[in-house]
Amino acid sequence: MNIIFLILPLTLVLSVASVAAFAWATRSGQFDDLKTPALRILHEDVAPKSANVKTRPLR
Amino acid sequence: MEAATPLIESTRPSALFARPTPCAHCGLPVPVARIDLDAGRQFCCDGCCQVYAILQGSGLQQYYQYRGQDDAAPSPATPSRRRFDDFDAASFHERYCHTLSSGLERVELFLEGVHCSACVWLVERVNRVAPGVVAAELDLSRSVATVVWDPKVTALSAVARALDSLGYTPHATRATQLEAERRQGDRALLLRLGVAGAAAGNVMLMAFALYGGLFSGMSHEYQSLFRWLSFAIATPSVFYSGGVFLRGGWAALRTRALHMDLPVSIGILTGYAGGAWNTLRGTGEVYFDSLCTLIFLLLVGRFLQRKHHRAASNASELLSALAPTTARVLVAAEAREVPTEDLRSGQTIVVAPGERIAADGVINSGSSAVDVSLLTGESLPEEVAAGDKVYAGTVNQSAELHILVESAGKESRLGRLLESVTAAQRERAPIVRLADRVAGYFVFVVLGVAALTLAIWLQLDPSRAIDHTVALLVVTCPCALGMATPLAVSAALRQAAQVGILFKGGEFIEALARPGLIVFDKTGTLTEGRLELVAFHGDKSVIPWLRAVEARSTHPIARAFLRAFPGDVEPVALFDETPGGGVDARIAEHTLLVGSCSWLRLRLTRLPEWAEAQISTHSARGETPVLVALDGALVAVAAFADRVRADGGRELERLRRLGFECAVLSGDQQVIVDRVAAELGGGFMTALGNQSPEQKLAFVKAARGGRRNVIMVGDGVNDAAALAAASIGIAVHGGAEASLEAADAFTTQAGLRKIADAADGARRTLAVIRHGIAFSLLYNALGVALALSGALSPLVAAVLMPLSSITVVSVALRARTFRAKGTP
Repeated sequence: MNIIFLILPLTLVLSVASVAAFAWATRSGQFDDLKTPALRILHEDVAPKSANVKTRPLR
Repeated sequence: MEAATPLIESTRPSALFARPTPCAHCGLPVPVARIDLDAGRQFCCDGCCQVYAILQGSGLQQYYQYRGQDDAAPSPATPSRRRFDDFDAASFHERYCHTLSSGLERVELFLEGVHCSACVWLVERVNRVAPGVVAAELDLSRSVATVVWDPKVTALSAVARALDSLGYTPHATRATQLEAERRQGDRALLLRLGVAGAAAGNVMLMAFALYGGLFSGMSHEYQSLFRWLSFAIATPSVFYSGGVFLRGGWAALRTRALHMDLPVSIGILTGYAGGAWNTLRGTGEVYFDSLCTLIFLLLVGRFLQRKHHRAASNASELLSALAPTTARVLVAAEAREVPTEDLRSGQTIVVAPGERIAADGVINSGSSAVDVSLLTGESLPEEVAAGDKVYAGTVNQSAELHILVESAGKESRLGRLLESVTAAQRERAPIVRLADRVAGYFVFVVLGVAALTLAIWLQLDPSRAIDHTVALLVVTCPCALGMATPLAVSAALRQAAQVGILFKGGEFIEALARPGLIVFDKTGTLTEGRLELVAFHGDKSVIPWLRAVEARSTHPIARAFLRAFPGDVEPVALFDETPGGGVDARIAEHTLLVGSCSWLRLRLTRLPEWAEAQISTHSARGETPVLVALDGALVAVAAFADRVRADGGRELERLRRLGFECAVLSGDQQVIVDRVAAELGGGFMTALGNQSPEQKLAFVKAARGGRRNVIMVGDGVNDAAALAAASIGIAVHGGAEASLEAADAFTTQAGLRKIADAADGARRTLAVIRHGIAFSLLYNALGVALALSGALSPLVAAVLMPLSSITVVSVALRARTFRAKGTP
């Protein structure tokens, strides 16, 4: 049962890491538009310049 | 808008062609008349032809490859060919654009006509047509493109023209600022939801171990470890994610307003405090798993509801973005586009036929008919000439006008009207939702039962009294009650949107479900909203000649005539139109006079008796008589009127069966209103004509003062204030942008059927909400019984709570409210 003292903290670290990743993804606007990126990926050529206009929240 | 309609009609498959030739751009059938046998490719319209040439010329042919993949709803390209001068104005930049640190500029533009993967591809490669565009990104669900461009290389007007030339007419969206704020709100709620979900999952794992320990035994130190960990994980869930409810509950307490958040907060806080205390002292029950699940589920409900509300508000804001925000000002004999907010009194604006007048003013030159229905509700166009006053928001119909601006923007009559809309919205009493009203009683009952539990167990076993009371408060925390409304409402909002009824909020569905007084504006809701031929007396052999003459005119009566008698058009030798009077034409060696009574009386010596009789009958019914004279003798009398919609009477009956009383308030003359009311079978509470926007507002306020549920249905700016003041305002399709903004719901199809459908659906939605509430109260009663008897353990609570939620969720999601039976 002592393994619990290794597993529990590990679980917590993983949970916190995934919540942090989710927070980052949300804040950087990755869930704002759920429709267009799915279409964009089908285009064979690369867009002239990936418009990184949305990586910061718009003010 | 007007110009686009014939274009679409002309591209319908022709019956003459078994297999119509597809347009090389949009794929729709090419009308027979447009087929050019010498050309290799055929186009359905000039717009498609132009876009095709641009795509070929700039190496963007790949568009057609993507287009083929998933274009379910092809439509012809409709470039507006505007110059977009206003996009370069300093005021425009200040308002809509954003300068980046690199010196580049960024703007969000609403694009008309984007709908598929190929559109995304094309818009994002606009730099091949407009050099100077650094990046373009399209959000297809909102139809909004974010464009970054280099102001040193190109002007925004050039970018706008490029987008327009591809068939995507850009508009500046007034909603951008609001949208940015709302997006922040969306992200914040999503983040809370994520944290709540993670916490619920992890606490559940801990709880699983603890519940296992209940049966197979568990050493005290492990139990304590798991409890402490659950406590730690539940803390952010309660205070960060659950903060939404705690704040709402606190606000409800402070303002003494009934709200669902109050009982939820009581449950969460007692559960958390009790759990924390028991964790600290190492004995007793903890409820962290139930609490975290509860917060997560409630947030899911909130999130869904927010998403569906947004769909409707987005749609109305984007529609309002389509309003003409520019006017053409005459500067040194040259017309320049400027934003309407930059108009000053003393300037002269040019208004082409079909355009909306941008400011109040006096006509300098030109004479025309002006459609004032937006302002007054009067369905007949007003004849205007030099020296007459015209108002912003009205539509110039037949000829170009030069107007000396007197007041624009907020000072115009339209602006003042819109201000009264905002005022009415502010003053309106909020709708108290059913769930919140139930929650009000719920709080008292739960607190009462809690006190009872405490009292009973203090007598029986004081050491367990607190524990049992906490258990009761946790188990009665109205999770299902809190979810019943948002889920039923978001499911209903989704179904309603599918059938073309958009609500801006769930509370309006509830308001529409209660019987009350329903007030209609006449134009556009009860009637077709345009003049139609209703009678033709006299010699029918003149019809082909009449058609030839009327085809030359843009007057609404002429258009109504052509709709009534479609066919080929003969050439007209001479054509002279007197605005406000009639037409004097020579055709096939005959002189034909068509015009109003007063105009023809001046030109004919005497009218025959039958004609006089017809004129007085039709005038008395509020119809417009038009006289036709051939070679100096009267041959026919035609009557025109705004006809009642075919389904009107039936749908009104449906509304009455639902318990609504109907009334009509119109800006039209009383005779017209009387005729319309009679044609609809009567039975109106009141049918008043000559109503000004202020009178409509006063009527609605007075009716609401009697604590009645008042539903206002309208489509014009003249209705906007009344729409805003009513319990629920419904704007019908084709209405003015202002009425869409003021309304709480709107339909995408004209006519009464959608209104009756909406009322029907709202009634069913309320029933679903009631069922959900009933189920959740049932589960709560069970929980109370268990808690009172002391049989409630955290394990029972953990099973009971999700079970009640699942029941409510399935009741809410399976219900058919707005969608007709049998449709998927």
